[in-house]
Amino acid sequence: MPNFHRRLERNAIGFVLAIIGVASIGGMVEIAPLFTIHETVEKAPDMRVYTPLELAGRNIYIREGCYACHSQMIRTLRDEVERYGPYSRAVESQYDHPMLWGSKRTGPDLARIGSKYSDAWHVAHLINPRDVVPESIMPRYGWLQRNPLRTDDLSQHLAAQRSVGVPYTEDMIANASADAFGQANPDSPGARGVKQRYGKATNVRLFDGNTQRLTEMDALVAYLQILGRLTDVAHQKSAAAED
Amino acid sequence: MVATLNTNERQLALLVSILVTIAGFVLAAAGSDDPMGAQGFVVVLFGLACTLAVIRGFFEPEPGTERLSQYYDEPTKAGIVIAMAWAVVGMLVGVWVAALLAWPELTFVDQAWASFGRIRPVHTSGVIFGFGGNALIATSFHVLQRTARARLPDQFSPWFVLLGYNLFCIVAASGYLMGITQSKEYAEPEWYADIWLVIVWVVYFLIYIRTLRRRKEPHIYVANWYYMAFILVVAVLHIVNNLAVPVSWGHAKSYSLFSGVQDAMTQWWYGHNAVAFFLTAGFLGMMYYYLPKRAERPIFSYRLSIISFWGITFTYMWAGSHHLHFTALPHWVQTLGMTFSVVLLVPSWASAGNALATLNGAWHRVRDDATLRFMMVAAVFYGLSTFEGSFMAIRPVNSLSHYTDWTVGHVHAGALGWVAMITFGSFYALVPWMWKQERMYSPKLVEVHFWCALSGAVIYVFAMWNSGIIQGLMWRTYNDSGTLAFSFIDSLVKMHPYYIARAVGGLFFLIGATVGAYNIAMTIRAARLQERAGTPDIDIPEVRPTSGAALQPGE
Repeated sequence: MPNFHRRLERNAIGFVLAIIGVASIGGMVEIAPLFTIHETVEKAPDMRVYTPLELAGRNIYIREGCYACHSQMIRTLRDEVERYGPYSRAVESQYDHPMLWGSKRTGPDLARIGSKYSDAWHVAHLINPRDVVPESIMPRYGWLQRNPLRTDDLSQHLAAQRSVGVPYTEDMIANASADAFGQANPDSPGARGVKQRYGKATNVRLFDGNTQRLTEMDALVAYLQILGRLTDVAHQKSAAAED
Repeated sequence: MVATLNTNERQLALLVSILVTIAGFVLAAAGSDDPMGAQGFVVVLFGLACTLAVIRGFFEPEPGTERLSQYYDEPTKAGIVIAMAWAVVGMLVGVWVAALLAWPELTFVDQAWASFGRIRPVHTSGVIFGFGGNALIATSFHVLQRTARARLPDQFSPWFVLLGYNLFCIVAASGYLMGITQSKEYAEPEWYADIWLVIVWVVYFLIYIRTLRRRKEPHIYVANWYYMAFILVVAVLHIVNNLAVPVSWGHAKSYSLFSGVQDAMTQWWYGHNAVAFFLTAGFLGMMYYYLPKRAERPIFSYRLSIISFWGITFTYMWAGSHHLHFTALPHWVQTLGMTFSVVLLVPSWASAGNALATLNGAWHRVRDDATLRFMMVAAVFYGLSTFEGSFMAIRPVNSLSHYTDWTVGHVHAGALGWVAMITFGSFYALVPWMWKQERMYSPKLVEVHFWCALSGAVIYVFAMWNSGIIQGLMWRTYNDSGTLAFSFIDSLVKMHPYYIARAVGGLFFLIGATVGAYNIAMTIRAARLQERAGTPDIDIPEVRPTSGAALQPGE
């Protein structure tokens, strides 16, 4: 071996190719099969895509770096399942480009936070976390309530999502901006279209409690309220396991 | 800097600076109703500054041909200064975010740009890419020339790499404050910054390969293997993990090509190997040159160097999935990741052992010379944190440590103890050589820096061990009736004293780095004063290792 290596280290291009070759093996063995083995992601026929408002909220979640302190991945451990709910399935983040599983819990896991608290609780908590949880060390996010939500480009967002594989229909893309407004204004004419396109169970509410305008708060709360609720598969499976 | 370029290179530099400025305007125009517009103006400012600098030096006399018989060290000097500036800024932001976790209302309450989520990546990118990356570029140019006994191929491309890379860092950091991020840890910058980095990186690789092709040494020295692995593999990782589709050419926002479980695996394949090839391989390259030089001892074992190099290059790439134990990632991938993480201990300890055994016969120097002691402690921390890493990758251990501060402590054992210490040690060796001084401005301050850095790192790591293990245990504690004993907020309250201790540890480390920056600045100033006074350069030859180990594998 030393003789072979002595020859190798006299050849710059050979060395470069050797490094690339040796370094590629691990990734190819571990990553490539994840795209081809179908069992990797289980089937969930009831899985729906994010509405434009929820997607906008997700982008705010990313923008503010929430993922740095909150995971969205409940592990297959007894205490986690008891604390947060049924453990996370691969299919639940099937439409997450990128995934937000996280790596650190400075705050609690959020994979099943949806519908756990009221909209008003979320709004109050985001404006000043210490108003509802005195010991919290989370920053205040008051600007979400002050900033109007940008909706004119939501069609472009949905189209980009479709190009990476999320099954948005033409209808959804064309109506993205109107749907965003409709979802946060249940009495507006756009509200019905949201349920039509995204299912009856879609939350159509005054998320930030304000009818006047669509804010970033509306979007983020709409997103938080759908976390863990896009499909029922995890709940069904854990119920089946208990029987 | 411009004075060392020849006329052709000055024209090229001017052209590229103007192109960068134009690219900035294009970005600003395309993203006029998006945060990308502001990013465009950052690029414009950077491009204009470069353009002005080139114009100012454009008509200075050309450098003589005697330059070709000397190594080209101007970019290395600039890189050292820039790296130290990033160190102070990045660590300052680190202390800031640490303090916010202890006292959330400490600064700029309810200001978007200064919220924890936005400034945390400024800290991580600032120290990893700003400080670490510039240190790697600066030292790689120096090591490459010395070990190949060949001058850099031209005078323009090293500047393109150094300044282009810093443009990437500045665009990234300013973007985070505006909320531009891909949310992929350590790969936060958006698509336009990623594309720019690829261009810079290709030029960086070409410098390396062109210089190696002109080398006067038959063998390529170990340090260069590591620098090359760093350049090549980081390129592969960067390109694959950043594949994304922008919302439009006028949007900073993009959506990653992969989703869910595939995205998670790709991200941690990237994330773990950013640690491996950015924060380990590159800095091992540094260690393999500066440690034997400073100790004046040849590398202990050539065979061990080969084994550890290929071991690290092969094994690390399998280990990423240990970040995803007990998740929705298929079990077989988790098991592979765990297995290879444990195997990884062998090449890691081979490297650390090789470094420490090199010091045999030079331990009296380690005692007397804080510079060498920096490198020794770095090798020790490298050994300890790689052991800790393999340990934490074991599934049952990971069930406790994952998601807690233990991980943060582990990362900082590596980042403060290994990466920063080996860099400071190398810089203290390199600065007097580069500026032709007998020694640093103040060896006493090097000693002060050493003890600040060591105590800061130890306080930090102990604080995080305590908080991480307490957190992990509290989350899984049951009471007699079989229900969870603690709410999440109970565990958070218990973290408070450790978060204060962590901020204090970080502050010590920051003070050390600031002292170091001052010491380096004063050394440069002394060199300038000498030059102005017209004293002829005292030509300090670089200390040659006894058997020429730095030039050839130690056989």
